[in-house]
Amino acid sequence: MLRRLSEDQPEEFSFSNRNLKWAKAQLKKYPKGRQASAVIPLLWRAQEQEGWLSKPAIEFVANFLDMPYIRVLEVATFYFMFHLKPVGSKAHFQVCGTTPCMLRGSEALIDVCKSRINGKQHSLSADGTMSWEEVECLGGCANSPLVQVGSDYFEDLDKDSFEKLISDIEGDKSPVPGSRIGRFSSEPSNTTEKYGRRKLSNENASIERYRD
Amino acid sequence: MATKTIKINDTILDFDENLTIIQACELAGIQIPRFCYHERLSIAGNCRMCLVEVVGGPPKPTASCAMQLKDLRPGTNGEPPQVLTNSEMVENARKGVMEFLLINHPLDCPICDQGGECDLQDQAMSFGLGETRYTEDKRTVEDYDLGPLVETHMTRCISCTRCVRFTTEVAGIDQMGQTGRGEDSEIVTYLSHTLDSELQGNIIDLCPVGALTSKPYAFTARPWELQKTDTIDVMDGIGCNIRVDSKGNRVMRITPRENHLVNEEWISDKSRFVWDGVRVQRLDTPLKKVDGNFMPTSWEDALSIASKRMENGNTTFVAGDLVNVEALYTASKLSEYLGSAKILGDLDTSCHLNERSVYVGNGKIEDLDNMKNIFLLGTNPRKEASVVNARIRKAWINGADVYRLGIQENLTYDVKELGVSLFDLQFFLDKMGSKKSFWTNAIFLVGYSFLSSKAADTALNTIRSYAEKFNAKFLVLHQNASAVGSLDLGFETDVKVKQELIKETKTIYNLGCDTLEVDQGTFVIYQGSHGDKGAGSADLIFPSACYLEEDGIFVNMEGRMQYARKAIQPPGKAKENWKILRALTEKLGFVQNWLDLNGLRNALFDEFPLISKPGEIIEVPWKAVKKQKKLNSKTSLPIYVKNYYLSNSICRASKTMGSLARARNSLNLKKAS
Repeated sequence: MLRRLSEDQPEEFSFSNRNLKWAKAQLKKYPKGRQASAVIPLLWRAQEQEGWLSKPAIEFVANFLDMPYIRVLEVATFYFMFHLKPVGSKAHFQVCGTTPCMLRGSEALIDVCKSRINGKQHSLSADGTMSWEEVECLGGCANSPLVQVGSDYFEDLDKDSFEKLISDIEGDKSPVPGSRIGRFSSEPSNTTEKYGRRKLSNENASIERYRD
Repeated sequence: MATKTIKINDTILDFDENLTIIQACELAGIQIPRFCYHERLSIAGNCRMCLVEVVGGPPKPTASCAMQLKDLRPGTNGEPPQVLTNSEMVENARKGVMEFLLINHPLDCPICDQGGECDLQDQAMSFGLGETRYTEDKRTVEDYDLGPLVETHMTRCISCTRCVRFTTEVAGIDQMGQTGRGEDSEIVTYLSHTLDSELQGNIIDLCPVGALTSKPYAFTARPWELQKTDTIDVMDGIGCNIRVDSKGNRVMRITPRENHLVNEEWISDKSRFVWDGVRVQRLDTPLKKVDGNFMPTSWEDALSIASKRMENGNTTFVAGDLVNVEALYTASKLSEYLGSAKILGDLDTSCHLNERSVYVGNGKIEDLDNMKNIFLLGTNPRKEASVVNARIRKAWINGADVYRLGIQENLTYDVKELGVSLFDLQFFLDKMGSKKSFWTNAIFLVGYSFLSSKAADTALNTIRSYAEKFNAKFLVLHQNASAVGSLDLGFETDVKVKQELIKETKTIYNLGCDTLEVDQGTFVIYQGSHGDKGAGSADLIFPSACYLEEDGIFVNMEGRMQYARKAIQPPGKAKENWKILRALTEKLGFVQNWLDLNGLRNALFDEFPLISKPGEIIEVPWKAVKKQKKLNSKTSLPIYVKNYYLSNSICRASKTMGSLARARNSLNLKKAS
């Protein structure tokens, strides 16, 4: 996938106070003169703050670490987990499309994305609140098919539950992460009753965690 | 240095254990194919072309550029480790790598400028499969604009990253990089900025394929139809070794030759791309001024006009910045005969530059590699000697500290500022003067800005006294190719003497100096190659050959004498410089006892043994310095900056240099705003 900077860019970027404090602390982890090692954590935090990496964000991180801009751009373009284009302001759905999820119906989820969000991945929905992409294995095969939003996994999805998830997020509700069929973990679904249902809460939901 | 014994194929040899396998094979006379490996750049190990088999190592081929000898394990019975460079595994590996490289490489060799001198082409012939097994679509990559020098055809790129490594490591600019990954990785500049470096042309040579080619040379010639002449560059005082490629009587391009002592294997953009200036603005016939207009005339007529003027005496000879030693020698003989003065046009100083240990020093360019402290005194080596600047940068990377007195400009490395005036220098010297360890492996590089300051004589002697006391090195960074040669021959540089001479003299014989200001009424004879400022203010013009059109000797800033050779014929009626002066001496009734270039050179070598050994620097005795007064001048060093791309008459005629100067100006304006 050819990865370039987005055509529309914000004017500027800076870390929120909380993230700035965190970033300064990160620098102390490395020996003097080796601060550039913090480039990936800092880029990641910048992405968590804004949802995606803009040119000002890349330059901000470069200036912060005293690195040439091109060196940071190299890192940002190398890793697919860094988004170089704007993502939905409410959610960016990362739908797992690898074999186990595909066998369990991830193609139906992708169809939902195409009809509800945008026909093309990495593109915003009409109102700019949502976007989606197909990703490689999320490591949740036992709960497939699943979708990642921020750092939350929504598991055991099907067409209907995924539609509801999208509607919830659209309606500014904060859905509870985890299994959609009530599994506690990845136990066989017919033994769930035996182990007791997991009480899920959304107190750790990540969607807004890094934004002040 | 520990040695390690290894067996390459069937030969057992000893090597320094820090060498890599590819270097050891090179020493053993075995050529390993490679694309990304370059001995003056860091090791990337990404092209995989240099695979060899290490017996007893992992059961797969090893990249020989990235494996050090000390990491090779001995055999089971303690026998030396064995490397195979032509086993079946190696041959298959090379075939496989070549096949992968060619998957996405377009088959456009017939329209590619690299054709005929392309590493990929050559190695595909030697190591590749005969035909492709690949039937899918090939990758294409967008080209981008790198400025007026380097043309890009990025589809041909094999991602060796030599250009990225060169620009970041040697040229010291951080604009190039490789973005993306896998099939979609691209070599780019940040936000498609053009490169801002004086050494960018070297990436054309470094590129093993036709991805980066020369814009001015594009589609004009094929390498096998070019006549190659090894010669010397005159765009700065370094005396870079170059190869001039000509077709018919036209210079098509200039490329560097390797000389570790002088330019390693780099040349500056000015040296590389100035050739289009050689063709235009040429003086090709003798001209005399009649009623304010130049009229063509014959050599006979022109010489007799000149000899009539000069017979009356009071002629001053002025040496320009591009003159070779033969011409200077003939001119200086003539001035002795006429009893007249000779001055060096482009250097005004109050220093007494009468001995080599004063106007050159005891330092060498190669010394820079081992220096711990480098002092730049009134010089901007990035502009005055770009290749030397790359060498200083190399020393800086290896841990040297660079100190600077004078104008603060970006030199591509970190500099510790000493200040702007001689007083600041004295302050620093007093402070550090007692620390002996500080001065071991120190070198003073003195530039023209320093030499042309008011108290330069005392200042230069102070520096020399420190060099003497602490056994430090001292080198004057001359900007012009003719500078050391003319100083060797005794041309005057004292600013007061020069001014007086120019005021009093009736006739000036100007050997290509374009910066000379003369009074109205002085008769100026201009002998030069290009119709520039100097020619415009002349009364009589002798058209002469430029540096690519005649055999000549140039002495570089270290005092190294080197031969420049004739690559093409001078245009029209233009003649070699020494021949014109020889004819004039005859006309004036002064007979020299030599007739040809060899005779001239023998006479020159007899008189000036300092410039008699080609390629060498002859050691000169150090002229002792007396104790000096303290420097107390608080005025800043004078600004002695020429427009880098337009510093001499040949660059000023060059279209390429003009567009570079424009690009640099607009960049500076952008930075300022």
